[in-house]
Amino acid sequence: MAEIAVVPIEAEAGRARYRALARRKLMILFAMTAALCLSFAIDLAWGPARYDLDEVVAALLDPDSVSAQIRAVVWDIRMPVAIMAIVVGASLSVAGAQMQTILANPLASPFTLGISAAASFGAALAIVTSVPILPVAAGLLVPVNAFIMALVATLFIHFISQARGVSVQTVVLLGIALVFTFNAALAFLQYLASEQALSAVVFWTMGSLTKATWPKIWITLAVLLFALPLFARHAWALTAIRLGEDKAASFGVNVRRIRLETMLVISLLSAVPVSFVGTIGFVGLVGPHIARMILGEDQRFFLPGSILSGALLLSVTSIVSKSIIPGVVFPIGIITALVGVPFFFSLILSNRSRAW
Amino acid sequence: MVALQLQSVGAYHGRKLFVEDVTTPKLKSGELVAVIGPNAAGKSTLFKRITGLLKGPGNVLLEGTKNKNAISYMPQDTSANAVLTVYESILLARKQGQSWGVSDQDLRLIDDIMKALNIEAIAFRDLGALSGGQRQLVSIAQALVREPEIMLMDEPTSALDLHRQVEVLDFMQRQARKRGMIVLIAIHDLNQALRFADKVLVIQNGRMRACGEPRDVVTVDMLREVYKIHARIEKCSRDHNHVIVDGTAH
Repeated sequence: MAEIAVVPIEAEAGRARYRALARRKLMILFAMTAALCLSFAIDLAWGPARYDLDEVVAALLDPDSVSAQIRAVVWDIRMPVAIMAIVVGASLSVAGAQMQTILANPLASPFTLGISAAASFGAALAIVTSVPILPVAAGLLVPVNAFIMALVATLFIHFISQARGVSVQTVVLLGIALVFTFNAALAFLQYLASEQALSAVVFWTMGSLTKATWPKIWITLAVLLFALPLFARHAWALTAIRLGEDKAASFGVNVRRIRLETMLVISLLSAVPVSFVGTIGFVGLVGPHIARMILGEDQRFFLPGSILSGALLLSVTSIVSKSIIPGVVFPIGIITALVGVPFFFSLILSNRSRAW
Repeated sequence: MVALQLQSVGAYHGRKLFVEDVTTPKLKSGELVAVIGPNAAGKSTLFKRITGLLKGPGNVLLEGTKNKNAISYMPQDTSANAVLTVYESILLARKQGQSWGVSDQDLRLIDDIMKALNIEAIAFRDLGALSGGQRQLVSIAQALVREPEIMLMDEPTSALDLHRQVEVLDFMQRQARKRGMIVLIAIHDLNQALRFADKVLVIQNGRMRACGEPRDVVTVDMLREVYKIHARIEKCSRDHNHVIVDGTAH
């Protein structure tokens, strides 16, 4: 031990330094929140129809003072899209964060484990064949089919992971196998589809926030608000699971029960947004990695960090998707990776030791 | 004053009874017990059974405590790739099942333990950047910060150099005496066991072969039958028994 203790450190130095680090992480979370507010404001102000900033602010604060057209654009078109970007980004990022935590794998996310692919297949089944998995109204056929398939895929992964002797690596491999299976099934449906149905399927799988409506936002937000207290309650335990199953168990954590609860909540958290907005792959994988690199894996900071990084990533993407060609809104699923990859690369290369 | 006694204790690994019929005398506060035996004899399994992580027949009797965190277990595997600092990982062990808030008392205890183990200099290093020996010291701190009354340590010195082995075993012996803990240490170095342990428990093929005073338990016959070695037990000038190995027995 002599070689470790190179410099004698004051007894209170550890405490003081820990407090300073915790304060720094809180400041980062505040900065991310401020950035998100700014991004949300720009997302509302920006669009094919160009209005002055004061007109947009007036539409928000005093809707009766502006024309019906501006009111409709801000409140009925831009607002649902801007809020949906934040809620979906946060949901997918938190789902990815907790998947990576309980499966101890940096590749885990709703996209890489086949949940998004399953949802795409469910949606395509509805678009191409109009076959409902559950008897629902025609207008809900696509999201309900997508949701059911996403839920089935998540529960499949969950129950496999509960089987005795199945390692987390096996679970990830099975998830990747699910991606290929559902992609093959989707390709089969696309091959059979009419030209009109095919273009609808392709558009759906690209992911688009323009499908956002207030009921969809409330449902997605309700699922997120249901999930967060549960994750927050298990914050210490979830962090301990990252030290390994044996170590967490030695701290008194009931690893099996927490995995079960977390996986069930993740299944809702990934299936609901995907069923409403289509496949948005990058956020669930990279949102948590960005939070981890900036804030570490103490869930008291990592959880809000994942929410904010996912929300910010998709909100910025929403702005970019409207800015590339004036008057054209690109599907957000295409733009997410294009926006996120350069930022993600720069983080990895500047912070290699804390990547995973 | 806490006491621990095992009565016909067994442990299942899956459906197989991997450890069976372990019965010990009453282990008392302040005692350091070395648990010895060949690889895969069942030492870790027995520790997990005592901690409640594995199920099995028999009784683990605890006297003198109602603390549900009375037993702290330090697993053999100390590897971790979580993006956490050493300080955060020790705090994590302390705060399980509690609120998000961190009190000065929690942090003061961590500072004291890190100082006692001489690991303050690595307090804010990432876990993934530690050597095997440093990880073991951090793991000991994580177990101690839970303020246990009984501590089960699974090969805590296996990755440490000789200097640190002696320092850690000496430290644990002093902790046991000072805090009235019972410390069970799974260990392969029989001479360290003879030097530091108040009692030695021998496990062979999932069964307890003996449990008692080191000089009664660590004998030439036991070494030949359990470890398949020819050895002598000799006294040094300080009246300590030492194992001197002559070769393997076939």
